[in-house]
Amino acid sequence: MAYIDLQNDLPGIRGPMVYRPETGKPLNELAEILLHDENNTLSRGERELIGAYVSSENDCFFCQNVHGAMAQYYFGWDMPILDALKKDYRSAPISEKLVALLQIAGKVQQSGKSVRPEDIDNARKQGATDREIHDTVLIAAAFCMFNRYVDGLGTWAPEDRQVYINRAKMRAEEGYANVNLHK
Amino acid sequence: MPYITVNENLPGIRSLMAFRPETAAPLGQLAEILLHDENNTLTRAERELIATFVSYLNGCYYCHHSHGALAACYLDGDTELVDAVRKDYANAEISDKLKALLQIAGKVQQSGKAVRPEDIDHAREQGATDREIHDTVLIAAAFSLFNRYVDGLGTVAPTDLASYPIRARQVAELGYGPHIYATPQPVTP
Repeated sequence: MAYIDLQNDLPGIRGPMVYRPETGKPLNELAEILLHDENNTLSRGERELIGAYVSSENDCFFCQNVHGAMAQYYFGWDMPILDALKKDYRSAPISEKLVALLQIAGKVQQSGKSVRPEDIDNARKQGATDREIHDTVLIAAAFCMFNRYVDGLGTWAPEDRQVYINRAKMRAEEGYANVNLHK
Repeated sequence: MPYITVNENLPGIRSLMAFRPETAAPLGQLAEILLHDENNTLTRAERELIATFVSYLNGCYYCHHSHGALAACYLDGDTELVDAVRKDYANAEISDKLKALLQIAGKVQQSGKAVRPEDIDHAREQGATDREIHDTVLIAAAFSLFNRYVDGLGTVAPTDLASYPIRARQVAELGYGPHIYATPQPVTP
């Protein structure tokens, strides 16, 4: 049960987004551009993985499962690979560039001020561009918002992790903007 | 020096919004609805105070000075009250409802999970509505984003504190639309 009467029984962030569509709209548009827009040199899987990792660090069950399932879908992974990555991304089957970007995302999760010039230099050495570094920081920062919105209002989340896996294909096809949040 | 190459004439989040206008649009709209839209039972001053308080807790110099100046602008220049809210809101001369909402915002700043049912009950007892609690949580969460965005990319903040109130009057008048990342910080006379 959410802390306020959301006037709907939708899980996670969809509850407050439907409750307050005026703010739900820009939140979904932000997610669309950061995570789903194809005009990006980071793949959709890489961007969803950054979102899933930050959500895991923030211990947000709903967000880490939604976006973990999206990353799994794009990478073709099963759940154990993703769960191992959340514990130790340096041993995961991902590029050195993505490792460096996850390092930046992990710092952003703690605080903006935790990011050091060395973190940025390391990402650059692994081939990351300014735009990729920008998007990594903004995705990590955005999930610090989404996670707090979801848990700070005490929204509910399906406990069965397969539920999230089953929805990933639909979300990958539809994206985040202008979608029917009741579905 | 910002960590990425941005327009040096723009400070803080404005340099980042100009760097990536595609994400600037929804971020600006979110700020407009949460902080500037008049269709809200929380005053603009109350909402800017919540933003200032969270930014202060996050140690974000640019955000807490920018939004503190906006709060003061709506409070007829009462910078002492804004400072009292930053440092010790429980003893500031604000309503008990706003104190209860700042308590929730302070929890959200730590973590969404730090908010407890007792915090919500307490705010309700002081007269807060569901919508006001919702907006408080989302303002605090949004500034958990904005502060990290601004400091995580090492942006530059104007050190001339006298420029912030001038800028605040512009934002109070025009809101958080695209002018935010198209106009530089004012120069103080």
